[in-house]
Amino acid sequence: MLVQALKKLGQTLVVLVLVSIATFGLLKLAPGDPVQIMLGAEYSQDSYESMTRELGLDQPFLVQYADWALNFVQGDWGTSYIARTDIFTYGFKEALPVTLTLAFFSLSFAILIGVPLGVLSAVKKDTVFDAGAAVFALTGTAFPSFLLGILLIWFFGVKLQLFPVMGYVSPWEDLRLGIYHMILPGLTLSTYFIAMITRLTRATLIEVLDEPYIAAARARGEPNWRVIWVHGVRNIAMPLVTILGLQLGTLIQGTVLTETVFNLPGIGQMLTSAVLGRDYQVVQAGVMMTAFLFIGVNLLVDLSYPILDPRLRDRK
Amino acid sequence: MTAKAAPASATVPPAGPIPDVTPRGKRSMFLRRPFFTVALIVAVGYILAAIFAPWVAPYDPVAQSMDAMMQPPTGAHPLGTDSYGQDILSRVIFGARYALIIGFFSVLIGAAGGLVIGLAAGLSGGWLEWALMRLIDAILALPSLILAVAFIAILGQGVDKVVIAVGLSMIGPFSRTVQADVMQVRVQGFVEAAHLMSIPSWQVVWRHVLPNVIFPLAVQVTIRISEAILVSSSLSFLGIGVTPPTPDWGLMIAEGRDFVSFAPWMSAMPGFALALLLIALSIVGDGIREEFDPKGRRGS
Repeated sequence: MLVQALKKLGQTLVVLVLVSIATFGLLKLAPGDPVQIMLGAEYSQDSYESMTRELGLDQPFLVQYADWALNFVQGDWGTSYIARTDIFTYGFKEALPVTLTLAFFSLSFAILIGVPLGVLSAVKKDTVFDAGAAVFALTGTAFPSFLLGILLIWFFGVKLQLFPVMGYVSPWEDLRLGIYHMILPGLTLSTYFIAMITRLTRATLIEVLDEPYIAAARARGEPNWRVIWVHGVRNIAMPLVTILGLQLGTLIQGTVLTETVFNLPGIGQMLTSAVLGRDYQVVQAGVMMTAFLFIGVNLLVDLSYPILDPRLRDRK
Repeated sequence: MTAKAAPASATVPPAGPIPDVTPRGKRSMFLRRPFFTVALIVAVGYILAAIFAPWVAPYDPVAQSMDAMMQPPTGAHPLGTDSYGQDILSRVIFGARYALIIGFFSVLIGAAGGLVIGLAAGLSGGWLEWALMRLIDAILALPSLILAVAFIAILGQGVDKVVIAVGLSMIGPFSRTVQADVMQVRVQGFVEAAHLMSIPSWQVVWRHVLPNVIFPLAVQVTIRISEAILVSSSLSFLGIGVTPPTPDWGLMIAEGRDFVSFAPWMSAMPGFALALLLIALSIVGDGIREEFDPKGRRGS
C-alpha cells in the first residue's frame, strides 16, 4: 500500500511539473515585452539590456523556468505590474482563503442536502417525490450557476431582504456574520453539486439495496433506518468520493463565477482582473494555484480509497 | 468502440407500429424517448431562430434608444429593454446565433485537436506515448474554464478569440476519449490481420482504426456542445470574453447584474434563454449517449 501511494505521489509530481512548465511557457507566448512594460515609453538601449539581464530574460527557456519554479516554491511569486503588490500575499494569503471558504461551504451544503435527497428518492423510488427530485437534478446540473446567483440575489436579497448580497466576511473571524454572508454564494455554487450528488446517490443506493448483505441485515431484524443509513449509505461513499474528486475542477471554476456574481475577493476576481489588465504573472499564479488545488485533492481522493474500502487494504 | 449499434435494451417495449426495416429505426427512438424529442424540438427551434434572426427579431439588436431605457416587458418590447434602450428580445434572438456558432466551432477545434493528439498517443507507443499521456494528464489537470481564461489572457477578447480559447481548452477530454478508443481498436483481430497482410500502416489507420474512432468522437461532439456554450458564456459573463455591444447572453446577464434590484428582466431574460438551451442540449446529449454510446463513458 505504501508502494502504491508513493507511485501515485510520483505520478502526481510529474503532472505538477508538466502543468507548471505548460503554464510558464504558455504565458511566455503572451504578447507584449515585459521589459518594455516595466520601463515605460522611453528608455535607452543600455537600460533595456540591463533590465533584460536583471529579469533573467537573456537566459534559455529551461533556465528561466527553473529560476521561476524555485522562486515559486519558496513563495516568491513576484510583484504585480499593475497593483504593485506582492503576488504571494495577494494571491495565496488573501484570495485563496476566500475561494477555499466558498468551496468548503458549497461542498458542505451539497453533501448535507444532496445525500439525504438521493437516499429519499432511492427509498421512495417511482413516487412523486422521486420524479420531483429527478426533475430538480436534471435542471440543477444544466442550469448556469451565475444566472442562479443573480436570481437568488434578486429574490432573497432584494425582494425578501433576508440575506446580504455582496461582500465577504471571513467566517474564521466572525463566525455568525461570515456564515450569513456565505449562504447565498454557497447555495449558488452548490446547486449543481446537490443535483449531481442526488442523482448519483439515488442510482448507487438502488444498486446497493439489492445486495445480499442488505437482505442479511434485514433478516437480522435491524430497523429500516439502520439498514439504509448505516449499511446502505456506507457503501455509496466510494463512488461519491470519486465523483466529487473528479468534479472538483467544476467546483473551482464555479467559484470563479460565483465570486464575480457576489463580489467576493477570491482567486476568480484576481484572475479576471489580471486578464483584463494583462498582468500575466498574476494570471500565472492564479492558474498554478487552481491546478495545485485540483491535483492535490485528486491525490487525496486516490489515497483515501483504502481508508473507505477495507477490501483495498494490503492486497499482496 | 467496436460495436456501432448496440442491441436495443430488452426492457424497452417497441412503441407504435413495428418498423419493417429494423427494430431500432430512427423513428422508434423519438417515440421511445418523449423528453428527448421535446428537447430536440427546442434545440432545433433555437437553431432556426439563430439562422433567421434578422427576420424574426423585431428590432436591431444593437440599436440604442434614449427614450426606451430599462422598460419592463410590454407589448412593444415583449422582454423589456436594457440600460441602453436596446430591445432584449432581439438581442436574445441574435444571441442564439453567437452562442451556437461559438459552441459549434469551438467543439470542432477541440475534437480536431483531440483526434490528432489522441491518435498519436494511442498509436505511437514507447516514450512518445508516455509523454503524450502525461501531456493529456497535465491539460486535464486544469478545469476547462481556467484553461480558457489562460488562453484568453494571451489571445485577447472577441468572438473569434473565444472560439479558439474554448476550443483549445476542450482538447484534453477529447484526446482522452480518442486515445482510449484507439487503444481498444488496435488490439482487435482485424487490425492485427491487416498488419499481417502487410498493408501499409497509414492505410490500416485510415481504413480500420479511424472509422472506429470517428463515430464515438461524433457522439462526444454533440454531447459537449452545451459545455462549450456554457464555458463561452461564462467567459463573457466574467467580462473577458465577447466585447460589448455584441448581443451575447453571458454579456447581457453581466450587464443586468448591476441593475438587478430594479430591472431584474435584464439578466433574467437572456439567462432563461441560455438555461433552456443548456437543459435541452443536455437532454439531447443524454439521449444520444444512451442510444449510441452504451458504455456511458465521459472524457474526464
